[in-house]
Amino acid sequence: MSQVAAPPIVELKDVDKRFGDGPLILDKMSFAAERGDFITLIGPSGCGKSTILRLISGLIPVSEGRIVVDGTDPSGAVERLAFVFQEPTLLPWLNVSRNVEVPLRLHGGVDAAKRSEIVRQSLALVRLADRADYYPRQLSGGQKMRVSIARALSVSPRILLLDEPFGALDEMTRNHLNEELLAIRQQLAWTAFFVTHSVSEAVFMSNRILVMSANPGRLHDELRVDLPYPRTEETRESEPYQKLVGEVSRILRSVEELKS
Amino acid sequence: MRAPGARLRRIAGLLLPLATGVGMILAWYAINFGMSSEQRFLLPAPDEVTRAFVQEGPALWGAALNTGGGALLGFGAAVALSFALALILSVSPLIRASFYPYLMILQMTPIIVMAPILLLWVGPGLRSVTIITFLICFFPMVVNTTQGLISTDRNLVDFFRMCKAAKWQEIFLLRVPAALPYFFTGLRIGGTLAPIGAIVGDFYAGNSAGGQGGLGFLAIIYSSRFQMGALFATAAVSCALGFIFVAGVIALSWLALHKWHDSFSHTEN
Repeated sequence: MSQVAAPPIVELKDVDKRFGDGPLILDKMSFAAERGDFITLIGPSGCGKSTILRLISGLIPVSEGRIVVDGTDPSGAVERLAFVFQEPTLLPWLNVSRNVEVPLRLHGGVDAAKRSEIVRQSLALVRLADRADYYPRQLSGGQKMRVSIARALSVSPRILLLDEPFGALDEMTRNHLNEELLAIRQQLAWTAFFVTHSVSEAVFMSNRILVMSANPGRLHDELRVDLPYPRTEETRESEPYQKLVGEVSRILRSVEELKS
Repeated sequence: MRAPGARLRRIAGLLLPLATGVGMILAWYAINFGMSSEQRFLLPAPDEVTRAFVQEGPALWGAALNTGGGALLGFGAAVALSFALALILSVSPLIRASFYPYLMILQMTPIIVMAPILLLWVGPGLRSVTIITFLICFFPMVVNTTQGLISTDRNLVDFFRMCKAAKWQEIFLLRVPAALPYFFTGLRIGGTLAPIGAIVGDFYAGNSAGGQGGLGFLAIIYSSRFQMGALFATAAVSCALGFIFVAGVIALSWLALHKWHDSFSHTEN
């Protein structure tokens, strides 16, 4: 899959992060993502997983080190990035299609006809075409999250940053959305950074799992998940999958013990 | 599939308040009849009030228009200026800290004390009434709108910043609409206070020239002539004016919020 000479789409080089005079949150983080990677960051709370996403998005600056996103620094790559938050973070006073349109309107430069076409396509991808006129409060939690994903996809990002997007959903809905997100990824080949607390979700989604330790946040271990895409319910029942879930859980436990 | 009791309950829901009203009017008559003939003028019977209402109709109508006009002007000015000030105050805690104490002083000084000052400054009539109305409803609206503007969901602000939204976009496409529920809470308080402010203003600083006085001024005239029926009619008109303001504000907030805000949601969730 990966070409030999292709430069990484995202690279962190010896990144330190602290807020003000506070303690070190991230300590010499270094890793590189290849185009098309689905990288999950997992680790105990406070290990700085979400901070990494915010650094890549350019929302906050690094304290030391350097981040390269698609050949430039994060603030220059904003239009190639999209962020999906832990909460759906929809604007409650706008209906679904107007919500999906927000990033396009803020970026500017896309005319109304093109915008509504993009909105239509994005909503079709998350199978919510028939909810375009609904207001967020009329939707279920899972539907709101799908609108949030459609909104992220509307800018045709090359890199998708997902900060525990399905954490608040019940397991059935979460599994369902996991499969949907992977199916969309088959069509639109973005690179994903995914933060989760769920080991099974991490293994199901990613081709690489970065396990982090806390205080300060460090890269503890990396695993490759060589299960073929597309992944389905059968993947969840397969032995290699189960073995990987066991292995990641073991590593996480050892990280937790390290902490205490 | 409604339970048979539900229909009955709805009828009762209409009839019982009506019965309460009738009961109160009857009690009113009863007290009126129980009073000695020298005292009876203190509590005019409902039919007497109605007669006064008809007799004084033109005067009451003109006064209501004058007071309503003053209330509307003062309230409108308070809405516009409180919104503008709230936008400034929402910028930083430092700005808030430097303005709030003086706003508090304005709020804590009773209108009754300020009225004579205003009377000397701008003279009696509409101008005084408008300013007094403004003073009475300005503060709660500034406080509510400011609170709304600084309570925007942190994640939504991050989302806007991540989309490289300009500062004006963040304010007018995010913070202002997010503050609307707070704004309308302030508007409801202001809308309740505005007619009261205008009547109080008119009482102390109304114009005595023919046809320019409001309800407060009319109340002074009627009480000096011991026209109790007309006084009661004035009270009823003042009350109606208050209802109109509150209904207007509720209608506005319904228009702005009912589609998306939970305060207007039914029992669906």
